[in-house]
Formats: sequence, C-alpha cells, structure tokens
Amino acid sequence: MNVTSGIESGFDIKDIRQHFPILQRQVKGKPLIYFDNAATSQKPQIVLDALSNYYGHYNANIHRGIHTLAEEATAAFEETRDAIRDFIHAGHREEIIFTKGTTESINLVAYTWGRANIQDGDEILISNMEHHSNIVPWQILCKEKNALLKIIPVNDEGELDMEAYKKLISHKTKLVSVVHVSNALGTINPVKDIIRLAHQAGAVVLIDGAQSAVHLDIDVAEMDCDFFAFSMHKLFGPTGVGILYGKKDILENMPPFMGGGEMIKEVHFDKTTYASLPYKFEAGTPNIADVNACKAALVFIDKIGKENLRQHENELLAYATRELKKIDGLHIIGNAKHKVSVISFIVDKIHPQDLGILLDNSGIAVRTGHHCTQPLMQRFGIPGTVRASFSVYNTTEEIDTFVLALKKAIKMLA
Amino acid sequence: MNEVKSIAESEKEIIEDFSLFDSWDEKYEYIIELGKKLPLLNPVYRTDDHIVKGCQSTVWLGSSFRDGKVFYEADSDAIIVKGLISLLIRILSGHRPDEIIQAQLECIKVIGMASHLAQTRANGLLAMVKQMKNDALAYQLQNQLNQAE
Repeated sequence: MNVTSGIESGFDIKDIRQHFPILQRQVKGKPLIYFDNAATSQKPQIVLDALSNYYGHYNANIHRGIHTLAEEATAAFEETRDAIRDFIHAGHREEIIFTKGTTESINLVAYTWGRANIQDGDEILISNMEHHSNIVPWQILCKEKNALLKIIPVNDEGELDMEAYKKLISHKTKLVSVVHVSNALGTINPVKDIIRLAHQAGAVVLIDGAQSAVHLDIDVAEMDCDFFAFSMHKLFGPTGVGILYGKKDILENMPPFMGGGEMIKEVHFDKTTYASLPYKFEAGTPNIADVNACKAALVFIDKIGKENLRQHENELLAYATRELKKIDGLHIIGNAKHKVSVISFIVDKIHPQDLGILLDNSGIAVRTGHHCTQPLMQRFGIPGTVRASFSVYNTTEEIDTFVLALKKAIKMLA
Repeated sequence: MNEVKSIAESEKEIIEDFSLFDSWDEKYEYIIELGKKLPLLNPVYRTDDHIVKGCQSTVWLGSSFRDGKVFYEADSDAIIVKGLISLLIRILSGHRPDEIIQAQLECIKVIGMASHLAQTRANGLLAMVKQMKNDALAYQLQNQLNQAE
C-alpha cells in the first residue's frame, strides 16, 4: 500500500496540528491540551485513514490465503515489517517480531530466552528506573530459576550510576535489561556504554525502547543490543502493536513463545516442527489492521523528520523547565544532563493527584502517580509526581496555559 | 450527630449546595474546603489495616457500630479525595447497615463528580465506597448473629 502523508516536508507546527483531529476537541469546555504523550501519542489522520482503508478495502487473514484480498493484506503486513526494520536499522527483516506491546516483547524474551538460558545462581541486572514491565518478568524468572536480580542505582539527578554498574557486572551476569529513556524522568541512558560493558562480561542485553523510539534515532546495529523492545502507539501508531527486535542468531536458538497457527512448519501428534523466523514467534492471527496502519505512522515521522521533531521537543522541554522552575515550592524530579521532553515534578505539601484533577478541569491532560515505576518513586521518597510530556504537536502557548492553570491549582490547594 | 438526617435528605442537601455554584472551579474550591475541614482521624485507624488503596492516593477508613448504627471516619493524603470522602461520611455515617448497603449515592453523579467514582485505577474513592458498604455488611451480619444467640 502506498501511503502519502499529505504533509509538507519540514516543520510547520500549524500544519502538523491539523493532522491530529483530536486536537480540535474540547475538554471541560476548554481546548484540549494533551501533555500525556509518554503514555501514548495521538494519531494523525493518515493513521486513522490507513485503519479505515484496511477494513474498508482489503480486510483478510494473511499469509495462507490465495485470493487477492489476502495477498494485499499480507503484502501490507510484510511491508510494515520492512519499514520497521529500516526505522531501527536492523540487519534482517526476520529480526522484527510483532507483539502486542513492549510488555509482551519483554515477556517473550523472559519466557523463551530466559527459561532456556538462565540457571541457578545466574544474575540479571536491571536498573532502579525501570518500568514495572521491565522488573516483574525478571522477578518471576529469577524466582523460578533461583537466579539473582541486581539493581543499578540512580543518582539524585535521575541518572544511572555507571560506576556502580561497572562494579555490579561480572561473569555471573547473564542478562542486562535497561530502559533507554526513563518514562518517569525523561533521562536518556548511555546505552552504548552499557551494552559494550555487558558484552565484555559475556552478558546479553535487552533495551527497553518504549520511550526512546519516538524521540531518538534508533540504530540497533550500531547500538549492538541483542534485543530492543518498543510499542508503536507511542509513535503515532495504533495501540496493540509492539515490536521485538532480536539478533537473528539469538532468536533462531530460542524456543517458541506461544504455540498455535502461523508459528508451525508441520504438526504431527508425535512431533511438531516450527516455522522459521519471524513467524516462529507470531502464533495466531496477528493484529493485521493495526500493524498495517503503523506504516502510515512511520511515513508521518519520516515526513516531519526526526531531527525537526527532536529540535521542537527540546525547545518545548527547555521552555517548560524554565517556566516551571519559577514556581515556588515546585521541584523537578529528574534533572539529567540528557533528557527527552518529559518533565516530572512535585509541589510542596500538595498531592500530585489533586493537581492532576484540577489540571484536567482546565482541559489539560497530564499524568500523575508513580508511572508504573514504584521502586523509582521509593528511591526519591515520594508517592508519585505530576508528569507533563510533550510531542511534536505541542506548543509554547500550550505550556503558558498549563503554567497558568498549574499556578491557579496550587493556589486553590495551598 | 444528635439529629441524623436520612440518607435521602443528606443527598438532597448536597445537590442543593452544589446547585449554587456556577463553575467547576467553585465546586472544586468547595470540595477542597470540605477536605480541609474533615475532622482528624482517630490515630487507631491510621494503620495499614485501615488503608483503602487507590493507585495514587491513600485513604484510611475507620468505622464503629453503636446502637445499631454505623459511624465512619476517614482521612486521605490527597485533599480532593478527602473532600469527597467528607461528602460520603455526611451521607452514610450514623445510619443502619441496611440503609448504607442500599444507598445508591446518586447525588455524586448529580453534582458532576461521577468520574471520581468511575472504574479507573487512578482513584481510591470507589474502593472507599465498597469498603464502607463492606463494613456495614459485616456489622449487619454480626448483629444478626448476636440476635440469634
């Protein structure tokens, strides 16, 4: 399927905003200001059109049909796989596995690679800033295998303590699984160093790219990670599509995850042989409509240009940081040198939830709470934060409105 | 506490109170005020056993049973939740278990605060209502057992 974005190349904020129908709506009688982009991004019209086009024109189950619709649907599905390979610079298309999200991608590795490779006394290294989905699968695995989960500490600025990491890593470390960009703090972690050191110790590395894929250039070949997991709904795509990238030789040696149709070569009651990559890990009818619409999301990103996107987001981050720091009693949690456009903060004596409710009352969507990173909140000794996260369609005018609404909320709650 | 209004009367009163407000800001200002005025929780209830856990805010709920009626007190670390709790206590406290169990709490919807009782993970208020009703149910069963003996 050919997808044209309809947008001009380059950066024109007015033009970009027009591609997101949801930005026209009102919330509580006020124009929506959507600052919850780290949770999920909004969807441009071309992605909505791609979904509707699939169901309206070529809806069919893929891979085994010989009729025209099945061929078209299969072609679009596999073209999306190619587009994702290009997007993250993977070497082979078979290294791209479709899942339903980052969480499933990580669990796939834990349940297959993990069960086949982790043994009694082995160590798995994660960090103090991981999302629960990069903690719990490893806890389950460690419990089952009598392995040890070790934690890379985080400093007061919200950065990984790399000296501590160097001390924690040893020949016992079999896996290092760390987040590329913190969802709660916005910190960009030095994954290349992490991967290099892990490989020197003989460990395999999984990078949780749920937050990084939309902001940073992802080159898995250059990064040299063994696994990279992310979700397309944070990159202007539909919900329900996750990606697991894995190095081909590692994926080939991994047992399957789920059994069923699509993932087999031949089934006999005494023996079943499995399909080749990537289908070995894609049991059952996949999420065809949403996967196919992801290609439109990638076209959209490509049209804007990641460099333009990042520059705009960095401007918003710098502007919002400067304005928020002027507010008495407000403390930004996470002041790493390298950050994406995520600001977490707390205000003295005020519960984040109260701020979230009053901001929503002003039509402003932020996230409040622990952001599925309870150990990180414990590290900072706070119940949660208010998190504002910006995307390509946000503006400095929206930040001004947000800061005014925040000041008003603080006054009401004080 | 001497003159306890019926649940229906309390609900009607709350609806009338809120009808005076022209804007959402005023409604929230009032709820915040109620939250600030909620009487201090008896320290015996400020334990983990009395926590009604929401995803974000924490609520402590205590109840007692006197003369066939249930009395509640509560606290929260978030002030708007605390204000809404104050409304719930005003409606439910001092009534018979069967009245509490049957209360529909329609007024919460009428005053526009239904979203706070919605099935989202963000809020402990729904869990709070459930816990208040569970306590009432427990007292009711205990009472029936006592009478049977």
